Amino acid sequence: MAPRTCALCSTAKAMLKRPKTGQQICRECFFYVFETEVHNTITQSKLFRLGDRVAIGASGGKDSTVLAYVMKTLNERHNYGLDLFLLSIDEGITGYRDDSLETVKRNQQQYDMPLKILSYDELYGWTMDAIVEQVGRKNNCTFCGVFRRQALDRGAAMLAVDHIVTGHNADDIAETVLMNIMRGDIARLGRCTSICTQGEDTIRRSKPFKYAYEKEIVMYAYFKKLDYFSTECIYSPDAYRGHARAFLKDLEAARPSAIIDIIHSGEAFEVREDVKATQRVQRKDPFSLCWNDWFMCLSETCQRCGYMSSNELCKACTLLEGLERGMANSGITDRGRKKMEADGPTPNNLRTIPFYNPPSGNPAVTIETLA
Amino acid sequence: MSTISLKIEFGGGLELLFANQRSYSLSIPAIVPTNNRTTPTPPPTPDQPQEPVETKPADVTYLIHHMRDHLLKEREELFIEDDTVRPGILVLINDVDWELEGEGEYVLKDGDEVVFISTLHGG
Ligand SMILES: [Zn+2]
Ligand SMILES: [Zn+2]
Repeated sequence: MAPRTCALCSTAKAMLKRPKTGQQICRECFFYVFETEVHNTITQSKLFRLGDRVAIGASGGKDSTVLAYVMKTLNERHNYGLDLFLLSIDEGITGYRDDSLETVKRNQQQYDMPLKILSYDELYGWTMDAIVEQVGRKNNCTFCGVFRRQALDRGAAMLAVDHIVTGHNADDIAETVLMNIMRGDIARLGRCTSICTQGEDTIRRSKPFKYAYEKEIVMYAYFKKLDYFSTECIYSPDAYRGHARAFLKDLEAARPSAIIDIIHSGEAFEVREDVKATQRVQRKDPFSLCWNDWFMCLSETCQRCGYMSSNELCKACTLLEGLERGMANSGITDRGRKKMEADGPTPNNLRTIPFYNPPSGNPAVTIETLA
Repeated sequence: MSTISLKIEFGGGLELLFANQRSYSLSIPAIVPTNNRTTPTPPPTPDQPQEPVETKPADVTYLIHHMRDHLLKEREELFIEDDTVRPGILVLINDVDWELEGEGEYVLKDGDEVVFISTLHGG
């Protein structure tokens, strides 16, 4: 078979087929269109302002590694004027997070960006290893999800950043749309697809890779020889999400536009107000898989730690109290919580999370700089 | 019987299924059974006479079966599905997306390098 030439420059040899368009393009044109599409997403959604301090939520995995590289590239190429930081959360998972953090530390050197690592251990006094030892493997993702979300906001506040960007890609968003449909969670659909969210007192969060296909992110990392870590979390299996993922990949194999089509469906859903009202009640269940929808119901602050909350106590404080009182699983359901309350008042000497001060200007920590 | 030498490489965590080894050099026959059988056909017996075996030049589909039968150490369903790689695994032949090379039908040449990358591991 004679080598095909690139559909864009008509000179170099085509190296990949774009899933979104079917176009066959060369390596250099691929870099250019991939980066330019992310740039267009950023400018069309007006994600940043000149001088913004932006933290990249960095796990060491492919998405956040490519995101850090592309953000640095675009910031320099288009003079966004951003101060970029890497923010990593150390959940305390031996053999998984410790290794991936080594990757993030190398990225810090390679990309010349300041890095802040905040650990569950320093924030909550519990590592995921210790939590799993107490709660088993069934609900551990609940703890991890609640703790990570709050840790990211707190880490961002320490860095005094205006904005957190995460590596969620088109496949992730399509997967979340599918899961919300399958769970009947119609009210969440629209918000899950929104590129940027901000509630009162929270730090803006956005997803510059919202329209970037996973295949292209991996190809980009491969052709650029970026250094990323790829091992499944040893505690992870969220079976439901796994099935949604496999289903999505099957759809994509049959028709590559399926991913963007699903995102568009999520965006186009308009939910009638009366339907939203009934959903709002159910939404009190805080264990959403969608990162965005929390803000909607978080109007108060936690009486114990100052973080946004829809109840007197935020979810992390509730879970932590359960752990500390040796009733770990009672923090998870409303029923369990009532049982814990009935069991007696909160002991005075209970370990708590340091009080949360929403971002106010100056960094509250010294940032680890390059050696 | 002539053979071809290949180099294969894994990325994105796929190496975990292959004894955690990132790259392998291997030789496969240049002509292989059309049904992708990678082990010798059993010798003929009186009631099961040897059927003539249909053959084809070794292609990537055959390579995938060879890898499953001889290199894969665990959880075959995470690698192979319906006689091809599982959706979500990217394949590059000499650094070119295999979708441009005819995917499984690409006929392997001596010295080819084939890379398999999983996209399914967390971001
Ligand atoms: Zn080109
Ligand atoms: Zn709290």
